[in-house]
This record gives sequence, C-alpha cells and structure tokens, in this order.
Amino acid sequence: MIGAMLSEAWHAMGANRLRAFLTMLGMMIGVAAVIMMLAIGRGAQFVVDESIASMGSNLFIVLSGSATSGGLRMGMGAVPTLTIGDTDAIAELPSIAAVAPAVPGTAQLVYGSNNWSTQVVGTSPSALVIRAWDVSAGYAFTDADVRAATRVVLLGQTVVRNLFGNEDPLGKTIRIKQSPFLVVGVLALKGQSLDGRDQDDAVMIPVTTAQRKLFGSQFPGSVRFIMAQATSAEAMPSAEREMTQLLRQRHHLPERTENDFDIRNLTALANAAAQTTRVMSVMLGAIASVSLLVGGIGIMNIMLVSVTERTREIGIRVAIGARERDILLQFLLEAIIISMIGCLVGVIVGVGAAVLANLIAKIAVVITVSSLILAFAVAASVGVFFGFYPANKAARLKPIDALRYQ
Amino acid sequence: MAQDAIIRITHLDKQYETEAGLVPVLRDITLAIQPGEFVAIMGASGSGKTTFMNIVGCLDLPTRGTYVLDGADVATLNKDRLARLRNKTIGFVFQGFNLLPRATLVDNLALPLIYAGVAKPERIKQALELLNKVGLGGYGRYLPNEISGGQQQRVAIARALINRPRLVLADEPTGNLDSKTSHEIMELFTQLNRDEGITIVLVTHEPDIAAYAKRLVRFVDGRITHDGAVEARFIEEMPA
Repeated sequence: MIGAMLSEAWHAMGANRLRAFLTMLGMMIGVAAVIMMLAIGRGAQFVVDESIASMGSNLFIVLSGSATSGGLRMGMGAVPTLTIGDTDAIAELPSIAAVAPAVPGTAQLVYGSNNWSTQVVGTSPSALVIRAWDVSAGYAFTDADVRAATRVVLLGQTVVRNLFGNEDPLGKTIRIKQSPFLVVGVLALKGQSLDGRDQDDAVMIPVTTAQRKLFGSQFPGSVRFIMAQATSAEAMPSAEREMTQLLRQRHHLPERTENDFDIRNLTALANAAAQTTRVMSVMLGAIASVSLLVGGIGIMNIMLVSVTERTREIGIRVAIGARERDILLQFLLEAIIISMIGCLVGVIVGVGAAVLANLIAKIAVVITVSSLILAFAVAASVGVFFGFYPANKAARLKPIDALRYQ
Repeated sequence: MAQDAIIRITHLDKQYETEAGLVPVLRDITLAIQPGEFVAIMGASGSGKTTFMNIVGCLDLPTRGTYVLDGADVATLNKDRLARLRNKTIGFVFQGFNLLPRATLVDNLALPLIYAGVAKPERIKQALELLNKVGLGGYGRYLPNEISGGQQQRVAIARALINRPRLVLADEPTGNLDSKTSHEIMELFTQLNRDEGITIVLVTHEPDIAAYAKRLVRFVDGRITHDGAVEARFIEEMPA
C-alpha cells in the first residue's frame, strides 16, 4: 500500500518537474543555509572553547597594583607590590588549589647561528598545572630548581621551531641575554589565546633565576603578577575574598584605602566570550531557520495548487474506494518526498559550502552529525507540517463536488 | 424475495441548501432493485437522476428516508465503511470515463485494487486479465489519451469490475460516444448482466440505450413517474 503510494507520489512529481524542482529549491536553500550557519557558529564556538581550555580553568590573575605617590596616581603594575612571599601565602588559602608567580620579560635567545626574541617568563612548576600545560619532551624544572635558581629553560613550540628547526633541543644549551641556559623540556603545543596571541612563542625559567640573574630589579623578590587557581568554580568568589583579605593584611593597608593589587577573574571573562559566541551561533541558526520556514511555505503553496488541480482525480479515487486517510497519505507523501529530496541536496550543498568557506575564507567550521540530523529532522517535519493542511483539504473534499470539478 | 433486494430505498428525500433556500431535488422516492436486474433511469436534466445515482453510489447521503444497500443501512455506516462499499460492492462508470490521465491503462485498472489492499503482482495480473476480457489485451502500457473514447470506456468498465462488485452504476456511459461504439458498450453491459448476474443501474437520455435494460425508471422533477418493464413502444413515445 505504502509502496504503491510512494510510486504514485513519485510519478505525480514527475508530471510537473519544473514545479517540483522549484519547490525543492526553496527547501534546499533553507537546509543549506541552516547547515552552513550551524557549521560557522559551531566553528566559532570551538575556537573560543579551545582558547578557554588552553587558558586553564578557575583562573585568577593577581596584578601588582597602582600606587599613589604625592597625589599622583599610577596605573596598574606601576609599583611591584607583589612578592614571592605573597605567592606562598596565597598557596596556603583553603579555596586555592595552586599558585604560581610570574616575572615576565622580553629577551633575545641565541642558539648557534639562530636567534629569536621572545617572552621569557620566570615562574614555578605549578604554572604548568594552573595553565593545564603539558611538557611534550624532556621534563619540567622542579621546585628545587626554583630554590637553587638554576639556569634551566622550558621552550615553547614556536621558539623551538625558530631556534632549532628540526634539531632536537633537549640537552642543548641556549643563551638568553648572553647567559647560558640548559634546555630541559619542550612545552606541548598550546595554540592561540583568546586575544589571538601565539601562546607557544614563550619560554619558562625558574622565577628566582629570572629575578636574580636575568631581569635585575630595583625591588628584589617582587613578581609582576600571580596566577592562582581556585579549587572549583564554586570556590571562585570565596577565593577572591580570601586573597583580597590576605593581601591587604600582608601589605598593611589601612581601611578605606585602595587595594595596591588587582584581582582579575579570567575564567569569568572567558565565559563571557564563550557566551557571546554561543548567542551568535544561535542567532545565525535562527536567521537560517527563517529560510527553512519560507521553503516550507513554498511547499504548502505548491501542494495547495496541486490539490486544486487534481480535484477531479481525488473525486475519481474516492468513487473507486479511497478512504480519507488514503487521500491524506498520498498528498502528505508527496510533500514529504519533496522536502526530503530538497533537504538531501541541501545537506550536500550546505556541507560543500561550509568546506569551501573553510578552504577559501579560512573560517573555522565544525560540521557535526547532530546538526545534519537536526536539519534533516526539521526538513521532514516541515514537509509534514506544511503538507498536512493541503493534504487534509484534499481528503475532506466532498466526492460529488470533486467529481463535478472541471 | 423482497428481503433480498440489493437496493431498497424508502421514502427518500434529498434537499440541497442554496442561497435561495432549501431546494428539493428528490421527493419521496421508494424503490427496490433485486440482484441481477438491469435498470435504466431516464429523465430530463435536473430531474434528479444524477443525485439519485450519487446517493445509490454512497457518494452522497439522503436528507430523509432510508437507503439499504446489500442489507446495510448506509446512514449507520462510517466513512471508511462507505469507502469500502464503493471499493468492493459498487463499480462506477462515468460519462467522461474518468481515467487518471497520467497513469497507464494497467495502473488505472489496478487502482481500486490498491485501495482494497491487494499486493502488486496480483494487481498487475488481475488488471491484465481484465484488459484482455474487454478486448484491449496488449494495450496495458498505453496512456488513456492514446486510445479512442470507446476503448477508454472499456477500460473504465473494466476498472469498475476489477473488485467483482455486485452492482455497477453507469452515469450516461455512452454520452460521449458515437452510436456504433455506444451499442458495443451496451453489448458489454448486457453480457455482464446476463452472464455474471451483475446488477446494473444505468442513467441515459437515449431511448435506444435504455432499450437494452429490462426495467425502466423515469424521473420528473425529483419524483418517479414510471417504474416498469421496458417496452419498445413506450420508449419511442418519450421525448429524447
């Protein structure tokens, strides 16, 4: 029965190829647009999520703060108020999982005949934990290295490429600002940060080495900023409170004076960025859905015309024994076939366009099976939804009126 | 004997609602047709004979009165049961043939079998058999517009017969045919009635077509004015 109806529906479409094609075209454009937009939206989301994951989770950055000197207020970081001591004290707080100091600077690196200017960060091994950053070869320097201020270095991938090419850097000695450093490890590839910086263009050395031997400072023992990781996302507000209290106490700040440090919740910032892209991808999808809706209305339109044109045929079918549901099913099947074929072609075109956008315009796209299934399911239900009214109209025609229709 | 009537209509009225109000089309029709009868229905345009046929064919329902078809009061049947009656018990033949223009002759013939739920190989087999029987063997793959009107009406009759109905309703089946072809078609009806005992009710304008029937019912203004045997002399007196 269904088989016979499918073949009849197929033939009915064959009888008016141009019309069936144009109707499918509407559906096809709708589906292709949805798939393409979903791919682009998901792609943007993927890029942001990757950057957030590479940043580390539940992350605070504590910057040394502004100072007021004779009524002149300086900007953040103007005075190095944070110390290794602050770092160790923060590590003792209950809501804090890990802490690492950071003394960054720019320096020229030399290996053989190659040289490269990059960011050198003095820090401690826990920085790798906080940033969720692995060592891909060799090993990370240890707390013993920090205590002894040894000249060891961990290289980022970009630095390895520029200094060593294809050579194995492990165990080699490079010069940073003329001083020799032993390469003990290579950091895993990290990619871009949220603001588009190349995170792999950096090297890490023990914080003490940076303070004492590389970036001489007029404030010995000071650090530029502190990275701190809360024990959980829920613990972030209490961690911020505890750190503020602790640092004010340690810096002997009287009440009603400003903090001489600044605590930034990086995770909150990143989540805001993620939220933005999520909203964007939902909006892209919504806009594309409108074209799907228009395609569906096209189907309804054509099916209504088709029902009117074939009124007499419906009358004949009823006279020879078709039930209402037979007529309903026949026209519904036609609408579904049109929308399914349109959808199938739309999927192919949409995926093709997304791949092209990726290749030509270098737009990040992510095509998931779920988005294809979604598009397909939506198209099928559009076919049913917009096909139902005309089909129902056909099924409810009075047979004597239908037979009399010329 | 009277209990076995295939069609039993009692005090049947049919009114149509128009802007001018209720228009009576059939008034107080009482009629019984026994299995195996061959009845011709005659009447001027607007006399109600087509409405009568629509009601007999379960395409329309009476306003008042009862219609018992093959033992079942149609007023008590739901739409699906009515569809089943149209499919299995009744075969329709129309003036304009009413074949589906885009379907081949075999597909046209097999259409009632689809609604009867017959499987495809069996559908094709029966359709080809019946096509042979009406003298159109070998035309299975033709489209309706590729054959003559007489041939189309043969296909339409074959379609009406494919589910072996007990009753064939023909609404001016020769109205679009020339006189020679008309008589060929009527021979076919006569044969079906005589050899297979199929009850035939046929509407016509033409006395010589009505002469093929055994019983004549004449409608004037929605009432039956004559119901009796067909006599050649009587037919000739009637206005065409």
